[in-house]
Amino acid sequence: MIHSLFLINSSGDIFLEKHWKSVVSRSVCDYFFEAQERATEPENVPPVIPTPHHYLISVLRHRIYFVAVIQSEVPPLFVIEFLHRVVDTFQDYFGVCTEAAIKDNVVVVYELLEEMLDNGFPLATESNILKELIKPPTILRTMVNTITGSTNVGEQLPTGQLSVVPWRRTGVKYTNNEAYFDVVEEIDAIIDKSGSTITAEIQGVIDACVKMTGMPDLTLSFMNPRLLDDVSFHPCVRFKRWEAERILSFIPPDGNFRLLSYHVSSQNLVAIPVYVKHNISFREGSSQGRFDLTLGPKQTMGKSVEAVLVSSQLPRGVLTANLNPSQGTYTFDPVTKMLTWDVGKINPQKLPSLKGTMSLQAGASKPDENPTINIQLKIQQMAISGLKVNRLDMYGEKYKPFKGIKYMTKAGKFQVRT
Amino acid sequence: MQEWANQLCENRQFGSKMTDSKYFTTTKKGEIFELKAELNSDKKEKKKEAVKKVIASMTVGKDVSALFPDVVNCMQTDNLELKKLVYLYLMNYAKSQPDMAIMAVNTFVKDCEDLNPLIRALAVRTMGCIRVDKITEYLCEPLRKCLKDEDPYVRKTAAVCVAKLHDINAQLVEDQGFLDTLKDLISDSNPMVVANAVAALSEIAESHPNSNLLDLNPQTINKLLTALNECTEWGQIFILDCLANYSPRDDRESQSICERVTPRLSHANSAVVLSAVKVLMKFMEMLPKDLDYYGTLLKKLAPPLVTLLSAEPELQYVALRNINLIVQRRPEILKHEMKVFFVKYNDPIYVKLEKLDIMIRLASQANIAQVLAELKEYATEVDVDFVRKAVRAIGRCAIKVEQSAERCVSTLLDLIQTKVNYVVQEAIVVIKDIFRKYPNKYESVIATLCEHLESLDEPEARAAMIWIVGEYAERIDNADELLESFLEGFHDESTQVQLQLLTAIVKLFLKKPTETQELVQQVLSLATQDSDNPDLRDRGYIYWRLLSTDPVAAKEVVLAEKPLISEETDLIEPTLLEELICHIGTLASVYHKPPSAFVEGSRGVQHKRLTSSAGSGESVESPDTGSAAVSEAPPAVIPSQGDLLGDLLNLDLTPPTSTGPPPAAAPGMQLGAMDLLGGGLDSLMGDESEPLGGDIGGSPAMGAGFGAPPAAMPASFNAPISGGLDDLFDLGGGGMTMGTYIPPKTVWLPAMKAKGLEISGTFVRRSGVIQMEMTLNNKAMSVMSDFAIQFNRNSFGLAPAGPLQILTPISPNQSIEAALPLSTVGPVMKMEPLNNLQVAVKNNIDVFYFSCQYPISMLFLEDGKMERQVFLATWKDIPNENESQFQIKDCHLNSDAASNKLQGSNIFTIAKRTVEGQDMLYQSMKLTNGIWVLAELRVQAGNPNYTISLKCRAPEVSQCVFQNYETVLKN
Repeated sequence: MIHSLFLINSSGDIFLEKHWKSVVSRSVCDYFFEAQERATEPENVPPVIPTPHHYLISVLRHRIYFVAVIQSEVPPLFVIEFLHRVVDTFQDYFGVCTEAAIKDNVVVVYELLEEMLDNGFPLATESNILKELIKPPTILRTMVNTITGSTNVGEQLPTGQLSVVPWRRTGVKYTNNEAYFDVVEEIDAIIDKSGSTITAEIQGVIDACVKMTGMPDLTLSFMNPRLLDDVSFHPCVRFKRWEAERILSFIPPDGNFRLLSYHVSSQNLVAIPVYVKHNISFREGSSQGRFDLTLGPKQTMGKSVEAVLVSSQLPRGVLTANLNPSQGTYTFDPVTKMLTWDVGKINPQKLPSLKGTMSLQAGASKPDENPTINIQLKIQQMAISGLKVNRLDMYGEKYKPFKGIKYMTKAGKFQVRT
Repeated sequence: MQEWANQLCENRQFGSKMTDSKYFTTTKKGEIFELKAELNSDKKEKKKEAVKKVIASMTVGKDVSALFPDVVNCMQTDNLELKKLVYLYLMNYAKSQPDMAIMAVNTFVKDCEDLNPLIRALAVRTMGCIRVDKITEYLCEPLRKCLKDEDPYVRKTAAVCVAKLHDINAQLVEDQGFLDTLKDLISDSNPMVVANAVAALSEIAESHPNSNLLDLNPQTINKLLTALNECTEWGQIFILDCLANYSPRDDRESQSICERVTPRLSHANSAVVLSAVKVLMKFMEMLPKDLDYYGTLLKKLAPPLVTLLSAEPELQYVALRNINLIVQRRPEILKHEMKVFFVKYNDPIYVKLEKLDIMIRLASQANIAQVLAELKEYATEVDVDFVRKAVRAIGRCAIKVEQSAERCVSTLLDLIQTKVNYVVQEAIVVIKDIFRKYPNKYESVIATLCEHLESLDEPEARAAMIWIVGEYAERIDNADELLESFLEGFHDESTQVQLQLLTAIVKLFLKKPTETQELVQQVLSLATQDSDNPDLRDRGYIYWRLLSTDPVAAKEVVLAEKPLISEETDLIEPTLLEELICHIGTLASVYHKPPSAFVEGSRGVQHKRLTSSAGSGESVESPDTGSAAVSEAPPAVIPSQGDLLGDLLNLDLTPPTSTGPPPAAAPGMQLGAMDLLGGGLDSLMGDESEPLGGDIGGSPAMGAGFGAPPAAMPASFNAPISGGLDDLFDLGGGGMTMGTYIPPKTVWLPAMKAKGLEISGTFVRRSGVIQMEMTLNNKAMSVMSDFAIQFNRNSFGLAPAGPLQILTPISPNQSIEAALPLSTVGPVMKMEPLNNLQVAVKNNIDVFYFSCQYPISMLFLEDGKMERQVFLATWKDIPNENESQFQIKDCHLNSDAASNKLQGSNIFTIAKRTVEGQDMLYQSMKLTNGIWVLAELRVQAGNPNYTISLKCRAPEVSQCVFQNYETVLKN
């Protein structure tokens, strides 16, 4: 199982280590540093690194490498999933997961890590349970603790931990009972030069924030559940009911959680919200290149496309870009060659464009590669797959909760080749 | 550190004393003394703050072990946070201060009795983490209580504690009977306790491969499946991984397990999903393919795999490595999902390369156009490694999908036009492979290739180009000039290019002798006289002699028609693939190596194999587990570290007639043997595949070793073996004793090969015990001693049941008899022939290897007599294609005598029927691994030829069984 954990910052310092079995010398990280040196980009460090006596499994989050050390055959996904859980927990506790936040709360971090694993076996990883065991630090509580001498460690066995609903704590009380659901869809797509779609798929999630008293039992039904043929559920969802009736039935955890994530891959269901007209070209023997980009809405079902951000990695030979945006602002980083254009909202009457010239470094030949254009965008109040929630019902409790549902579509990895 | 210091300053400036960073503020030497004083303070609050400071120092790797007694003094407290902090400290430092740690024991023991289950659990958990013998002794009693605690939280913590204790002192755990208690916990009412018990047992089992700790039977499986639905995601992973080790009794059981595991495919935790995929992939093998459910299951597997690819890149990487295996085993699952493997330009490089590999595996006529368009796109990306691999991929597509070859070639030509140096070089390397696969089809592009001759600076590309020029010298007008231009810098070239240049010029000379005499002399002298490289010199001399003695023969040799290269030589060898499928989701699946090869903690991991629907035994490969390639390919010894025998056997140069085909891991030898059999004097040309073949191995030997061998090969290969076997048994006359037939001893290891040690021997089965009886004869001049014996993995898991008992040294010219009892629980690997056994014998002089074949009747059990009814039902149940018929000639026994004789070898006659003067004997026998063989023996009075029909669920054994019949009946 998981032997040890090292946290390494972007400048290569090990700033935290935790061992669940015997102590593994931090020199084991030298193998990691070697791999890091070989990788050109920080993201390219391979996730599994063999060393003579151990295996190092790492994830990079918030510019911190979380490096787990294992010695025997352990499923790597198990380790990676656990590391993700560590990151989520830190974020949950400290608001951000940064080196500074971790150092500021090092004792809580240590207590958390000790509670999450025992001898390398996961012990308590649900945020609901952890929060009962170790209370998250808040300014107020720290003050109170300092004055009264009380602690931020729970004295009682978390009640939920062994019940049939281990994800929910008991004795939850709210004056306002409310349940909010966010349906968020991301479009991953590759569009080729001519504008036709090579692949397109939707990664959707339903995130929930449920603050309800007692043990509410919820059911959520959809207008068009047949869209969801590839889903991953939170453990609280009763799978049998879904199989039989296509209804989500569950006792929710308290607070924020991801109810389900889904995947729509059949292409006819994936609408492409924007189109891009582009002309990025260099002439043989000339040190100038043309850059011409226009964006327009495509299938948006009448909603407006907002927060559009276009970025593109221009060829290495490009020295400067002298462009003129019809709206928004653009930046070009001459070191990384990254061009970013913050477009904002697309007005269908007056399409945004970015036009101008690029100049090549003196003596550089015509670049071989064609830059890819990356697009980010947001469309409010719409799930691009057309998914719609029908109704939410509650059983088991007497009060009437306030219910809310929000839809949003974003671009995930949305790439246009030129 | 600088950043950190700044951080601290900032915090101070703003007077923020609320965060833990205040614990770092003192770094000066007096710190320890200060802390010591604070720890011994009367004020609780001050104590706690001090312990926090100590822990903070500890986390950043500072040595605060000097404070040990002071911290331990804080342990007895009602404050849970303080207690936890002290425990944290103890775990870290107890090992370095064992004598001090003992001070803590009393508190631990007291806490284990506390009313609060949280404290009980915490105490037992912490005690297990303290790796000090003295503490461990005190742990046993509290642990025993906690394992039976009324609170499941304590029980589940105690379960893990057993695993901890086992890691510290395995013997203690066994002596105290904790393993049995742990096994009982599998039936606990609380699913979390079950999951932790399974996890603990799995971890313990890893260091005891044969201990059979997780004894899985239908009842426990049912309990696990029930717990599976209710426990945490991590528990589900442990349970699924454990389920994967189970072998269901029949297809109905595997279907019902599959049905109950399928919902896990919708879990949000990707590790749960992949473990579920493993269970399904394994148990699917047992399901009949015509079952509706089989098709449903196949369909259900695709979406979760696709979903894994939308996760974070690290998860994607592990998923892709596993999908690579799944696609090789069951391409149908993902054949429509090509597009999800298309590469996004900002994927990390390790994801890109994996996706590319899978794209090629999924490429087919239906989707090749899309794939090629994508690959062409990738070839214009920035990342050089990726671009190269993309270009290679185009070549692999051409070789894999014949219909696409033309398109691929034109795509490659387009890429060459880009004139990007590394793209051109890569393209030329793959075009060379395309030429070898489709000779005389695309030579029109040679002119274009020649234009780029100057820009080639990588040895592989240069060698490829030279090969093309040499191979097609007659079509290239200025071939001599081109080759001559390379010759100028001959000594600066790498060996690969030099060898290629030598061969190419010789080819050119044989094709255009008149104009190139000077050139060939030049290259021969360069190679033979001016070079230090023995390979190059040797090849030069061979060509030289060949050319000078018999130019006609030289032409035949050098310009011989080359075998076509086969597609997909990069496929994983089928037995390894099967094993890896059983290890989906593990490190083994990420590295595509058998687990025994690399994981340190798992010495002697048992090799897992897929069991398919038709097979009743685990050890013998069932008929439909693979294509013909599986059954016909020579046995492959997977080179695995730590398996000395396996490795060394590869060096064994005994001729194939006595050992069976050599292990595939010795390609050099394979090559030689194949060439001799193939009759083609290809060995010279064979060299070419070495520098050129690259990833698309060129010689037939490669094909035979890893993929499907040419149809004619195995026959000619096997013939001498079975012949040899017959001879071996023909030698013996009058070797018959009471009932059981014992083959006479034959020489297994001649003295010549073993520095004077001669071993002859035979196999005997006496009252259920298999023995290997050997005569060891010392023909050397010195005394031999220190004998030991070891077997390679074999078809039926034969292994020595004890050490070789040769107590006295053998003096020169002395011979000694030794009997070695054998067990059948050793590691299993299919051998060819099935009853082949590779043995290593060690003495004070050296280690020697030989192989011998045991009569399969050694493995027939005494209880091999089947009930009549069962026999009838089984006979009908086994499909007809599993039946094989043989003739036994010249046997002059009547049916009763034959029956008696066979009974001596545990072949039991169940019934006898006489139809029209023909006696039909129905017989059964049972192998040690549980495989039943049913036989029908027809004896016609007056006819010395018997007919025998054998039916078995594992038809591979039939040949062996038949040979056994023949030997028993004739002796």
